[in-house]
Amino acid sequence: MNRKRVGYAFLLALMLVAPAVVYPVLVMKILCFALFACAFNLLIGYTGLLSFGHAIFLGTAGYVAGHSIKVWGFPPELGLIFAALAAAALGWVIGSLAIRRSGIYFAMITLALAQMMYFFFLQAPFTGGEDGLQDVPRGKLLGVVDLADDYNLYYFVLAIFVFAFWLIHRTIHSPFGQVLKAIRENEARAISLGYDVAKYKLLAFVLSAGLAGLAGATKTLVFRFATLTDAHWHTSGEVVLMTLLGGMGTVFGPVVGAATIITLQNELADKVGSLVTVIMGAIFVVCVLAFRRGIVGELGALYKRMTGTR
Amino acid sequence: MAEDCILETRNLVKEFKGFIAVNDVSLKVRRGHIHALIGPNGAGKTTVFNLLTKFLAPTRGHIQFNGQDITPERPAQIARRGIVRSFQISAVFPHLTVLENVRIALQRKLGISFHFWRSDKTLNALDGRAMELLAQVGLESFAGMVTVELPYGRKRALEIATTLALEPELMLLDEPTQGMGHEDVGLVKDLIKKVSANRTVLMVEHNMGVVADISDTITVLARGAVLAEGPYAEVSKNPAVVEAYMGTTQA
Ligand SMILES: Nc1ncnc2c1ncn2[C@@H]1O[C@H](COP(=O)(O)OP(=O)(O)O)[C@@H](O)[C@H]1O
Ligand SMILES: [Mg+2]
Repeated sequence: MNRKRVGYAFLLALMLVAPAVVYPVLVMKILCFALFACAFNLLIGYTGLLSFGHAIFLGTAGYVAGHSIKVWGFPPELGLIFAALAAAALGWVIGSLAIRRSGIYFAMITLALAQMMYFFFLQAPFTGGEDGLQDVPRGKLLGVVDLADDYNLYYFVLAIFVFAFWLIHRTIHSPFGQVLKAIRENEARAISLGYDVAKYKLLAFVLSAGLAGLAGATKTLVFRFATLTDAHWHTSGEVVLMTLLGGMGTVFGPVVGAATIITLQNELADKVGSLVTVIMGAIFVVCVLAFRRGIVGELGALYKRMTGTR
Repeated sequence: MAEDCILETRNLVKEFKGFIAVNDVSLKVRRGHIHALIGPNGAGKTTVFNLLTKFLAPTRGHIQFNGQDITPERPAQIARRGIVRSFQISAVFPHLTVLENVRIALQRKLGISFHFWRSDKTLNALDGRAMELLAQVGLESFAGMVTVELPYGRKRALEIATTLALEPELMLLDEPTQGMGHEDVGLVKDLIKKVSANRTVLMVEHNMGVVADISDTITVLARGAVLAEGPYAEVSKNPAVVEAYMGTTQA
């Protein structure tokens, strides 16, 4: 559909000029969390798997990127790729253990394994414990572009986001994505049609973990440090909130959800302090009770009703 | 004639925590037959289907398909061998379109189902075949509809089209006419008869009209065990069957 193309082009143009109006570091933070939420949505929205330990991929990749860049002297692009691969590998391990179970058990196993990793990070010397892994240099992209400059980094982060968003979009709209949707819709039927659903779920899990890792690694580059917060289960909860608020199982929902939550947190942090948690909780409740399809889901339904199409 | 028998079970047993749902069932399904599995509610028919397709692991006993022991295999493997089942409760993908439902079944053979980098436009190549299958069950005009909006009888027809897409050697149908109106029952019955032309059908069916009309062999199950076996005319006169089953049926 051509209207869609125009829409995407318009959004991209908007993102290209955004740093002229908005503080680029804030937009980069939003992009990182939007990517994280999109990766999470690939599982919950399109495969029907609720991972409740997804922050561990964000956090792990953050540390891997930070350590490889700071200590081993990796150039930034290599550090990011390496970190995303590390998260994907961790995803393979956690996924292999968790996909044997479904529903609440799946969620609990992902949470438990993520907690184990969290305590490992808390104790391990290279993470800097509570202080975090600090002073990660942003370096030069391909040895040329100085990423210490916020604007240069912004366009690099935007490129990463666009690539990852495209990859997720493609995955959803691929033969593999069709099978994922079939599994989400009726797992037993997918099995009876000859699909080894465990393998499909595992690949989806690994992709999602790798992309969540890419988000975490990018975030380390943006903020110049990797922190325990990113690996904490609070963050796992936050990504659930972002995805539900924006619209689970919609392409743009997680982006809208992440942007809303991050902006709110940013605006409210100095004004209401720790009340932020209460406000987030309230948003969650309202979202689940009043508009279960999320912002994008509800808008989409409204649009369909108004135009009378299905 | 051993090769005439497509599916055979030997002393199949399934226990659920001490409760014996399937008790020493030895079945022989002949190639090309429509074989009906009947029996009162709770007799263990669905459980037998679950064992045959390995959705449940048998406590004891063996299953042979085309002379090969398939007892240790996983459900998806069994499906790929050509034993495809339907479910007692309608088994469609509700939020995919009718066409997509059939395409999911067709797509596996392309061998690209793990290709997450490939556009799903590749699958359009399957549309022709999918429409043929839909036409076979009278659903071609519904192809673009989201499946959840189909009437119940049509969903069951879609299930059959999806199952047929895999060109199964052996089709297992669990109560294909359950909950259907009179005309729909007739349609599905004719459909089963039609698609059984070059394959074997094993079906659980409560509607005795359907069973009498199209089945070649009937096995009666009661309390997990085989009570009688044979053609309808014979089985329906068996006093044990009349007592255990015919007396309690609504059909
Ligand atoms: N997963 C299960 N766990 C425990 N009992 C079961 C299970 N599945 C079926 N049963 C029991 O086994 C018996 C046979 O059930 P089923 O095979 O569904 O009967 P039918 O299909 O002939 O109506 C019933 O008593 C049922 O309660
Ligand atoms: Mg049953």
